[in-house]
Amino acid sequence: MNVRSQVSMVFHLDKCIGCHTCSLACKNLWTDRPGTEYMWWNNVETKPGTGYPTLYEDQEQYHGGWVVEDGKLRLKLGSRPTELVNISFNPRLPTLDDYYEPWTYHYKELIEAGPGDDQPVAKPISMITGEEMEIEAGPNWDDDLSGSPIYAENDPNLRKVMNEEERRQFFELQQLVYFYLPRICNHCLNPSCVAACPSGAIYKRGEDGIVLVSQEKCQGWRMCVSGCPYKKVYFNWNTGKAEKCILCYPRLETGQAPACMHSCVGKIRYLGVLLYDADRIEETASKPDAELVDAQREIILDPFDPKIIRKALADGVDQKVVDAAQRSPVYKYVKAWRLALPLHPEWRTLPMLFYVPPLLPVTATLTAQGRHELDPNFFSSLESARMPVRYMASLFTAGDERMVITVYKKLLAGRIFKRAQTVGDIPMERASQALEEAQLTEREVEEIYHLTALAAFEEMFVIPPMLREVAIQMGVDPHEFQEERGAGFVQLPARGL
Amino acid sequence: MDGFLFIAFPYIALILAIGVGIYRRRRRPYTYSSLSSQILENRKLFWGSVPWHYGITLILLAHLFAALFPGLAGWVLGGRIRLLVLELTGIALAFYALFGLIVLIIRRLPSNSRVRHATSYMDGILLGFFLIQVATGLGIAIFERWGSLWYLRTAVPWFWSLVKLHPEIATVTSLPGIVKLHFVLGFAIILLFPFSRLVHLVMFPLQYLWRPYQVVVWNRRGRKVTAESTEVMR
Ligand code: HEM
Ligand code: SF4
Ligand code: SF4
Repeated sequence: MNVRSQVSMVFHLDKCIGCHTCSLACKNLWTDRPGTEYMWWNNVETKPGTGYPTLYEDQEQYHGGWVVEDGKLRLKLGSRPTELVNISFNPRLPTLDDYYEPWTYHYKELIEAGPGDDQPVAKPISMITGEEMEIEAGPNWDDDLSGSPIYAENDPNLRKVMNEEERRQFFELQQLVYFYLPRICNHCLNPSCVAACPSGAIYKRGEDGIVLVSQEKCQGWRMCVSGCPYKKVYFNWNTGKAEKCILCYPRLETGQAPACMHSCVGKIRYLGVLLYDADRIEETASKPDAELVDAQREIILDPFDPKIIRKALADGVDQKVVDAAQRSPVYKYVKAWRLALPLHPEWRTLPMLFYVPPLLPVTATLTAQGRHELDPNFFSSLESARMPVRYMASLFTAGDERMVITVYKKLLAGRIFKRAQTVGDIPMERASQALEEAQLTEREVEEIYHLTALAAFEEMFVIPPMLREVAIQMGVDPHEFQEERGAGFVQLPARGL
Repeated sequence: MDGFLFIAFPYIALILAIGVGIYRRRRRPYTYSSLSSQILENRKLFWGSVPWHYGITLILLAHLFAALFPGLAGWVLGGRIRLLVLELTGIALAFYALFGLIVLIIRRLPSNSRVRHATSYMDGILLGFFLIQVATGLGIAIFERWGSLWYLRTAVPWFWSLVKLHPEIATVTSLPGIVKLHFVLGFAIILLFPFSRLVHLVMFPLQYLWRPYQVVVWNRRGRKVTAESTEVMR
């Protein structure tokens, strides 16, 4: 066993209102430079939908992530020699048309237009060419289904789990249902972006597991973009370097939550540290599809187990990090309550961002009075759910419906129980029965309820001390940087000739 | 004039290429990149980049091989059939590269294209130099027959004399103008190397074939973080 710590996240999808505040917080902070306009390190997509970049989930097209062949993990992108052969032209690279061409407007035309018969309009201009352009796509073009079922209908997950007739029924107006899926880099345990980089420029930080691109080592071979199945590495066309979500590490190192999480309006985001066994990464990622989620839960270690604590300290994990792991909201959602699931575990990168799948609007039904009612048979609504559980399973459990139902039963039982307790229109015995069926205790429900609905900032973001300043102090003379423009990157990030 | 072109200029080009190349790698590593524009435009790049790179890399390797091992190269080219086959292969590769290069140039021309806006002056200069260089190379191959053979007797001794710091330019000064142009342009391109995206060439990531898939970087491995030192910081 080799104990390491990983900063991980949980997004509670029932709470996401699709406001994109997170995306804007991130954009304003990190990606408003030339070359990064089209990048959304944090994006929010409507599901079902084709996502951003379009159809990124279709790995037959993009060849991202890992596959198991003869019991061995290998990149779906191809062998190492194949990658080198394809280096001057990468056949699996999405282009700007798969994302969208970023634009702004000729605002001047509004101010400077002379008198005339018509209102002046600000024409859209491309942020790349500066020419007028026709806007044909955006990073959230299919927001709220975009008034058209086209995007939803082409969702690769939906195509996988429903035939044409079922899809037709699904798109009947009363049936129509969607939810939001906010995505950032998953800071995976088995990142395929790292493995795909020919220069070895992408690395995982040992202490906190944040995955970063060394801007100095990156040579612009752009294999990582194809390698990441989540398409969370982007290519800066201006500087010729790959860039990705940095989990706001400068904020984390100073004890602040990442900007997307700090600004989240729905308070859907949780951040905490997990201890895991680094010796079992490859073994875990090689499991058959059906065992992947459980194996990923297994690799996460119990921070209360004295044996594990001893080993963690011996392996160089700081006591303070262990303390933080014990208070981690992520540990609770993922391991203790088993409510949060990884997105597309079948891509085998062992993503460290977990999602509590949305119960509503999946199971909500409206009665004639327009009132939301719980089915008296507790869980029967799962079979008649508006969004088939199959769909959720293809997103979060590599197709295992039972695992999704287990989570849904817990979420529903919690609701039934709290409703019995606070509204009182459900008898308490029936609520207890539901809890029993979902294998939850009252105490657990109260804890889940608290962390889901009432938690304060410090409970949602348990940031371990990163001790970077200590490490720097020991390794580098702090005076070394006094003459320069501060520690770190002191050159202008300008494109080479 | 010949003295400058075939003695001074090659030395200047080589010294700058190595010196500036190393300086740039050490002190300005951020500027090293292939500066890929594939994200902006994909289709033309396929028809341009693939022929260009396969063509030019093989031709360049042939030049290098013959310069480093003239004896071996002479033996290989000794047979009539082998000579013919190799010359024809070379010409085919040059046409292949030229085709790719022209596509690459056309790709960057239209003023409303995305790649045009990601094109620096140096990109333009580089593509222009390559165009002339490949064209003269092809011209020599077609009109100044059996270049692969006389290359061994003219240019290669000159290279080695430069390496030995004992420049002997007699073997090259009497060559036709087009050949001399090709030689001088070759060193001009070496001169451009550290000042352009050509630096990507020496960064070819061969080590990818054996490096472990995962890369983990530790900040404080090996240096023990003591309780006191962490206390100070909190
Ligand atoms: C050693 C192996 C080489 C590799 C791996 C390599 C790789 C690359 C890559 C990835 C690009 C960017 C293509 C894109 O836009 O996506 C590129 C562009 C380019 N390479 Fe190479 N290259 C190699 C050798 C060479 C050689 C030998 C030359 C010429 C002497 C060369 C000249 C160029 C030029 C001129 C471009 C710019 C093309 C354009 O976008 O207009 N490369 N190369
Ligand atoms: S989500 Fe993609 S970019 Fe992020 S660590 Fe995983 S493979 Fe790499
Ligand atoms: S800020 Fe929060 S609620 Fe709003 S879209 Fe982002 S994740 Fe959802």
